[in-house]
Amino acid sequence: MKAYRSILTALKALRRNPMRAMLTTLGIVIGIAAVIAMMEIGAGSAEAIKKSISSMGANVILILPGTASSGGVSFGAGSVMTLTPKDCEAIARECPAIRNVAPIVRARAQIVYGGRNWVPSSISGTTPAFLAIRDWTDLAEGESFSERDILNANKVCLLGQTIVRELFQGESPIGKAIRLKNISFKVIGVLSRKGANMVGMDQDDTILAPWTTIKYRVSGSTLGNVNQSSTSSSTSGTTVNTLSNLYPGDESGLYPATSDVQQADNPMPVRFETVDQILAAANSTEEIPMAINQITELLHERHHIRPGEDDDFNVRDMTEMSKTISDTTALMTKLLLCVAMISLVVGGVGIMNIMLVSVTERTREIGLRMAVGARGRDILRQFLVESVALCLVGGALGILLGHGGSMLVRMLLHWPIKTSPMAIAAAVLVSGSVGITFGFYPAWKASRLNPIEALRYE
Amino acid sequence: MELIEIRNITKSYNLGDITVPVLNGVSFQVSHKELIALMGASGSGKSTLMNILGCLDQPTSGEYWIEGEEVSRFSADQRAVLRNQKFGFVFQNFNLLPRTSALENVAMPLTYTQDHLSDRIARKRAAKMLDRVGLGDRMGHEPSQLSGGQQQRVAIARALINRPPILFADEPTGNLDSKTSDEVLKVFQQLNEEDGVTIIMVTHDAYVARHARRIIRIRDGVIVDGDDTERQSPKATQEDPGASAAETGGAR
Repeated sequence: MKAYRSILTALKALRRNPMRAMLTTLGIVIGIAAVIAMMEIGAGSAEAIKKSISSMGANVILILPGTASSGGVSFGAGSVMTLTPKDCEAIARECPAIRNVAPIVRARAQIVYGGRNWVPSSISGTTPAFLAIRDWTDLAEGESFSERDILNANKVCLLGQTIVRELFQGESPIGKAIRLKNISFKVIGVLSRKGANMVGMDQDDTILAPWTTIKYRVSGSTLGNVNQSSTSSSTSGTTVNTLSNLYPGDESGLYPATSDVQQADNPMPVRFETVDQILAAANSTEEIPMAINQITELLHERHHIRPGEDDDFNVRDMTEMSKTISDTTALMTKLLLCVAMISLVVGGVGIMNIMLVSVTERTREIGLRMAVGARGRDILRQFLVESVALCLVGGALGILLGHGGSMLVRMLLHWPIKTSPMAIAAAVLVSGSVGITFGFYPAWKASRLNPIEALRYE
Repeated sequence: MELIEIRNITKSYNLGDITVPVLNGVSFQVSHKELIALMGASGSGKSTLMNILGCLDQPTSGEYWIEGEEVSRFSADQRAVLRNQKFGFVFQNFNLLPRTSALENVAMPLTYTQDHLSDRIARKRAAKMLDRVGLGDRMGHEPSQLSGGQQQRVAIARALINRPPILFADEPTGNLDSKTSDEVLKVFQQLNEEDGVTIIMVTHDAYVARHARRIIRIRDGVIVDGDDTERQSPKATQEDPGASAAETGGAR
């Protein structure tokens, strides 16, 4: 008995009672439709949740310079400047799991506009990629600085909302000049509001500027200071409330100033090519571990660190946040799976029930088929194919219905949905196996009938 | 070589503790192209004998040979193939598939044949068979749209679709009136004479038995007479046709 013929026979048998076939398969239709709709809507919301969490910086990887220690005293992370802008470029070039990467140079200084002043909690010198990493690219006003501004160390900056409020009081800051350590910066853009971060720090209390400008014009205004960035981030670098100073901004050196002759004798590198941190964003939350590996390997190579030697850098990720994401997603998936299982089992029991009824009702037909030469396995196959066909048709209808339903939800309620080919493939597979599982017992029962008794069955 | 030969067939049913003997050593031979009526009262064992002959049931003991092959020890699958190839069955209650056209009903046994025919050939052959039984214009009709005699003729066409050498008919006219009974019996006689199909009919109706060329009578599980191949005039029977329909339902 050929396969296509048994399919044909099964379809003919189903066509003899179309109403019952439809009602039987309704359980599967509803089950699969619910699964598909839940999957699509669930995946859509999971995606939306994931997106909003990652806008908080969940995909962010922080690369910090290493630790210096002397005589058993560690100076903490960032006490040696080992990261360079070249490292940053290399990461952007050679790590495929990284979406964006930006160097960060930090400073702490008072800013002045007109008669008002303020000390922002962070002054960061960076590149435009920083905005992409922090998902901050749509500015409230103005525009971001460009690569050219970085090359020229132009004195331009972007202000956070808090600073705008404190210094400008409703005025538009675009085009205005603020002073930062007696250097005039032109405000070219205002960042959109971001609020506090997870530990409660105000993220809007910030100024962004080209990293070259911060590095060489703000932090490095006194060239004698070798470890510029670390000193600038310590309070000694700020000029706030140093009332003892007669001239604010005129820092007194720790060492006596060198004469021209001394400088000529001991040429000091003028531009120290180091940055305080490198901020990178992985393509997705799942790729964070891969990205960390890639960065670690690259920096080992670039910094000539042999296996077994201590790293001169640290790589951190937002473990807490990514854990939240994966937990949320996993919970969502498990819930959906539970719903799917229950509805499919209910549908399958319906199929089994009706198939049993059908076997009883068609006992005479089974007897006849046996009398004209059907073997037990032919009967088994016919009933199995019937129930699988029922389930597959139900599955197909369910997929259409579920997809239509989720489309409707998107249109009417504007919920995000995400079509999942995996869910559709799984639905087909599951409905097929439900057909086999729940169709087997009735089919087996049919195949075991005694032809004489079956023929005489009333 | 005889077409069918049975030797000392016995059959008994186990009903809990008691064993009910139905056939007590039945032996006879059937040659090619015979038209036989198997007669007996209800409970005489004629239906059981036919089920054994048709390989729907297995004897408790005894030998059963078809064309020199012993089939009483066949497995269930082998018997299924045998039924498909060698036997055709016609039942009292027609046993047509409901809501299925006459043509598809007739073609149904081809689904289970070993040499797979294409759909087109199968339908063609089924159409030819329906033509043979005089239903060439009713191919698309479903059983509910056909009269009893027509339904029985569809069943005969179905039984013959695989061109079997032997046709078994279990009370073929039990559900028919006398006029349609005659039609069906005429079809049997034609098949027997023109195509040489061996036909074994089970009946308790003397009128039907009169159409056979040989009558085998069974009483209480043994053959009482019927070894002669000449046409016999039936003995007067007590059964009247009206009661027969009700009786055959429980016949063993």
